[in-house]
Amino acid sequence: MSALVKLVDVSKRYANAIALHATNLSIERGKTTVLIGPSGCGKSTLLRLIVRLIEPDSGLIEFNGEPITSDTIGALRRRIGYVIQEGGLFPHLTARSNVLLMARHIGKSEYETQSRLVELCELTRFPGNLLSRYPLELSGGQRQRVGLMRALMLLPELLLLDEPLGALDPLVRASLQRDLKEIFARLQQTVLFVTHDLAEAAYFGDEIVLMNDGRIVQKGSVSDLRQKPADPFVSEFINAQRGITLT
Amino acid sequence: MKLHCPTLVRNARFSAPFLTSLLLFAAVVSTRANPVIIGSKKFTESYVLGEIARRALNDAGIATEHRQGMGGTIILWQALQGGQIDAYPEYTGTIEQEILKNGQQLSFQDIREALGKFGVEKTGSLGFNNTYALVMRRSEAQRLGLRTISDLRKHPELRIGLTHEFLDRQDGWRPLRERYGLPQQRVIGIDHALGYAALANGSIDVKDAYSTDAKIEQNDLIVLEDDLRFFPKYEAVFLFRSSMAPNAINALRRLEGTLDEKRMIHLNMEAERTKNYTSAANLYFQDNGSSAGYAGESFLQKLTRWTLRHLELAGFSLLLSVISGIPLGIVASRGGLIGQAILGFASIVQTIPSLALLALLVPLPFFGISVRTAIAALFLYGLLPIVRNTASGLQDIPRSLRESAVALGLSPFTRLWEIYLPMASRSILSGIKTSAVINIGTATLAALIGAGGLGEPILSGLNLNDDVTILQGAIPAALLALLVQWFFDVLDHVLIPKGLRI
Repeated sequence: MSALVKLVDVSKRYANAIALHATNLSIERGKTTVLIGPSGCGKSTLLRLIVRLIEPDSGLIEFNGEPITSDTIGALRRRIGYVIQEGGLFPHLTARSNVLLMARHIGKSEYETQSRLVELCELTRFPGNLLSRYPLELSGGQRQRVGLMRALMLLPELLLLDEPLGALDPLVRASLQRDLKEIFARLQQTVLFVTHDLAEAAYFGDEIVLMNDGRIVQKGSVSDLRQKPADPFVSEFINAQRGITLT
Repeated sequence: MKLHCPTLVRNARFSAPFLTSLLLFAAVVSTRANPVIIGSKKFTESYVLGEIARRALNDAGIATEHRQGMGGTIILWQALQGGQIDAYPEYTGTIEQEILKNGQQLSFQDIREALGKFGVEKTGSLGFNNTYALVMRRSEAQRLGLRTISDLRKHPELRIGLTHEFLDRQDGWRPLRERYGLPQQRVIGIDHALGYAALANGSIDVKDAYSTDAKIEQNDLIVLEDDLRFFPKYEAVFLFRSSMAPNAINALRRLEGTLDEKRMIHLNMEAERTKNYTSAANLYFQDNGSSAGYAGESFLQKLTRWTLRHLELAGFSLLLSVISGIPLGIVASRGGLIGQAILGFASIVQTIPSLALLALLVPLPFFGISVRTAIAALFLYGLLPIVRNTASGLQDIPRSLRESAVALGLSPFTRLWEIYLPMASRSILSGIKTSAVINIGTATLAALIGAGGLGEPILSGLNLNDDVTILQGAIPAALLALLVQWFFDVLDHVLIPKGLRI
């Protein structure tokens, strides 16, 4: 199994703070890799570097063995799905228009897009009769499902999720977590998932990448992190979260 | 294929009816063949003479327009030189002192040669001498025993209110004061028509006037005798461009020697009594036994003309503001030096008083006394609200949504056209609405440079000191502003995407 995305010595600095030290990371095909860590640890920066919302200061990011550059990213973005908190839906477009935006932009046939839309509604358990609603007329969970449909519309090879469930109440969150996991498994989707919640990381992650202060501290499964902490921060982070997740 | 996409069609709605509605305004711009343009200064006699000339030329079968009350001597003279007007009534003293800036009295031949250098000619005297004069309340003059200008020396306490033009003229206040050795310190500048009101209520004691001014009789004023013969002769004539059509020149020349002082005062009085320059001018033709023909426009016709012109001025300038304001706003929203420069420029323009902006544009070659100038000034005024609201509307879009649009892979143009601009539409439209309402209000000033509109009755009302005439312009202008406001409220519902109005 080869890596779909590979970061080689990638670093990023803002004004006078280092957001990401020189970092190496491979994201394996068909697996869910979870980036976890406290806020400001660089996990979102890493995600945004891959879809090139920000440019790295140094290092190389490869997609399918090809380096991602400003020239290639345009075409590559169609092979990457990106979902943020609340779904990032455009408020002036209906759910349907949001989902179909990109497919229409690149001129996919109406027949093709409609059948894909039906598929996606079924996959994400989104009621088709709500497609004509605007984002403000949908619940938080529904918005997130639409955001997911939009990201999956063009059958992306890589799905990036930046704290997608962060703004949802616990019940909705739990049901979406279940649905997401099922979807990822069904699609054998390569996923990079950012969260600060250890339980969520443990639930999704084939591989968990713990970050702190712009660096990757440890990679592995939850039990690896728990039983063989690479440094004191790992134990501290796990213990801090365990209190919450076990009660 | 893209055209069939509902998204694109839906977004096209954002612009299509909007632009068409604005273009409708633009279509109001008239496309007449070049008529002869008569100008007049901003006082009753000039209006009446302008109307007489218009009627005389019309009767001779020449299409003629009269731009009423365009301002003072310099503005009219520049407009004549620039070809924005073809003729206007002037006085020989003014030609010598103000236009040719000559100290001594010139012979008829001298004046003709001097004017010829500018491509301008003058008719012979129309038949009356309208010299400058100082006037005061009859009762006050009798109480103080004042008869001549020299007598003013004995009363330094008197307050003097003079028109701005008289204050500055070569043959105006300063040399007059020197010649007579006048001691008065309290001298203020005041509008001619308002000056009569100030004289009547005692705010001032002495003012300048024209000797044929009907208000002298009406307000029971007396003219102080020019005992040192300071004021030159002010024979009324028409100045016209030598290039004017010969038949038009002939028609103007036929007016020579047909108006004596008494009749001019009578016509001025009629004009001020009836508030109708056209009918006063018609009296001239009736008395001269020519056909009664031309009746003045009805109020409704005038109102329609004013309103259409007003909409043309405000609408066309708004269209220009929108066309250039939105792109400038888009650039400004990106910040940086250029963005700040754009916002800075638009803000500075806004701080220039509208009157001053008009005055600044008039001397420029392309502009002069014309509708163009008014539209250009209004356009500059309308720019800031649109630029600022476009920029802030775009800047207010959350970063997460901008990034979502980028991450989706949409092209920069699509992002702007289908995502950012529709999301900023509420802000942009409210900027346009502000511009439109400001333009409707400011467009009333266009009358000052003869561009017409609802400012025309306001201006002549001020001149006649007649509230009703002022309101004939002020009320429609206010209603128009409300109407425009309402129109844009409706437009909001059409243009702002439904998803943003929930």
